[in-house]
Amino acid sequence: MEAGPARTARGAALDRVFEALCFSAATLLLAALGGIIVSLAIGGWPAFARFGFHFFTTATWDPVAEVYGALGAIVGTLVSSTLALLFALPLALGVAVFLVELCPSVLRRPIGTAVELLAGIPSIVYGMWGLFVFAPWFAKHIQMPAMMAAPAGSIWETLTAGVPNGAGILSASAILAIMILPFMAATLRELLMTVPSQVRESAYGLGSTTFEVMRKVSLPYVRTGAIGAVMLGLGRALGETMAVTFIIGNAHGLPTSIFASGSTIASTIANEFAEATGEMHTASLIALGLVLFVITFAVLALARLLIGRQAHA
Amino acid sequence: MIAAPRRLTRTLGNAAFLVFCWAATGVALIALAAILWSLLRQGIGGLDLKVFTESTPAPGSEGGLLNAILGSVMMCALAMAVAVVVGVLAGTWLSEYARTSRYGSVVRFLNDVLLSAPSILVGLFVYEIVVAPLKGFSGYAGAIALALLAVPVITRTTEDVLRLQPVALREASVALGAPVWRTILAVIWKAAQGGMLTGALLAFARISGETAPLLFTSLNNQFLNLNMAQPMANLPVVIFQFALSAYDDWRRLAWTGAMLIAVSVLAVTIIARLLAREPRRS
Repeated sequence: MEAGPARTARGAALDRVFEALCFSAATLLLAALGGIIVSLAIGGWPAFARFGFHFFTTATWDPVAEVYGALGAIVGTLVSSTLALLFALPLALGVAVFLVELCPSVLRRPIGTAVELLAGIPSIVYGMWGLFVFAPWFAKHIQMPAMMAAPAGSIWETLTAGVPNGAGILSASAILAIMILPFMAATLRELLMTVPSQVRESAYGLGSTTFEVMRKVSLPYVRTGAIGAVMLGLGRALGETMAVTFIIGNAHGLPTSIFASGSTIASTIANEFAEATGEMHTASLIALGLVLFVITFAVLALARLLIGRQAHA
Repeated sequence: MIAAPRRLTRTLGNAAFLVFCWAATGVALIALAAILWSLLRQGIGGLDLKVFTESTPAPGSEGGLLNAILGSVMMCALAMAVAVVVGVLAGTWLSEYARTSRYGSVVRFLNDVLLSAPSILVGLFVYEIVVAPLKGFSGYAGAIALALLAVPVITRTTEDVLRLQPVALREASVALGAPVWRTILAVIWKAAQGGMLTGALLAFARISGETAPLLFTSLNNQFLNLNMAQPMANLPVVIFQFALSAYDDWRRLAWTGAMLIAVSVLAVTIIARLLAREPRRS
């Protein structure tokens, strides 16, 4: 008779211990995110204090003279990610529609898995492949013809100027596009599967073609989530480091053409942080990190809000 | 008179769209095949016993990747050990204790953000809190950075699979007199173990190829080192350094290393997917 209540009491006490454990683990996550912001802000503070607003408006990055401006890296990040998104979005939509509507059911699983594997390939492998395999191909079949075709003196010539070695902003965007394609395709696919079949079948019953069902019924149905999927892809592209570091050419300053070498925030940090020359160099790199954090946090937060909890990558 | 051309444009538009969808999938598959093909072609030639028995060489001499492979394995193992504990507990809290609480939804939301946050920033963070104060790069710092990347994945998958467990299961256990913690440990976790294992494998696949956060936490080490308080070699950073070098032997080793990493990551991913698909025994 005694044992029962005593055991229950002990069980209940352990209940509180276990809940506290779980609670601390969850709080640790929050602390990690808070810690990232605080440590980046503290570490980058000397750079913000020294350069003030000029840090964001100048593109000079000169470790010898100790003058640092983030504009080149910020523009490089935004341009390469936006271009990557422009390439990847139609492809991702095509893959998602293929998997949901067109794919023979025998092939659905293998092709779906193959696309997932594309997401699993490590960034550094994309980088090596991009530099040694893709860049030479890109230089020969895309960059050279584009440069040849550009009429002298036109804006087209300015846009395509550069050393024809295949390393530059456009080829980095192409690699980024391949890297974010599977994430966006997976999210879009899950979203498209949430379209009620009655709605789709009604549209087909009225004589719509697959294209019309997609454009006028399915896509409007998942619009909010689809924008979220796009933002998620953008967030990934913004912070992608190794692949870009390999192939973007790593030149400081504002990019002058789409084939020119450039740099992104992440590639600058990856290249220089371990060998930073002085305290101001380190501080400026950390300040760059804070800028990247703020941009990606805003994009990813928006993405998560739009996608909601139903469909997730 | 009007209907026929309109019908034609609709049919043609649809055909163009369908062709585009096929082509897009083709592009994705070709990209995957091209990457795997180059890895195998360039990597398999350098694959011999030396890769696994000797450490990274000086330029011009022979050697392998032993120190890098061991370093990667040790750091990933430590990171996973930490991340599984924290991630599973955090996921359990989100699913079992905080389904409707406001603090829970904040944590859930921020975890989702952390899930796709740039890994290089995690490296910077660990540099600031571990490497800089202790004045030295170390294997421990690398493992902490990797753990921080693995935790959000495990938290997310744990919460998702625990939520799938029926409420009746919990009620049945509590009705038998089990306290909540026992219910979770012995009933809910047990029922969800397959899904939780999948989550851990996916997290492992993600961190084993990560390079950026290791660049300035574990750094690199030319020699075989099993002391995690010292800078440690690891495959991704060695690949990065060797691939961008001017030496042919180093580049060859980089390709072999890249192939090893890609093959193991893809294998783990496939195993995780197969496990996730296994029908649940009831």
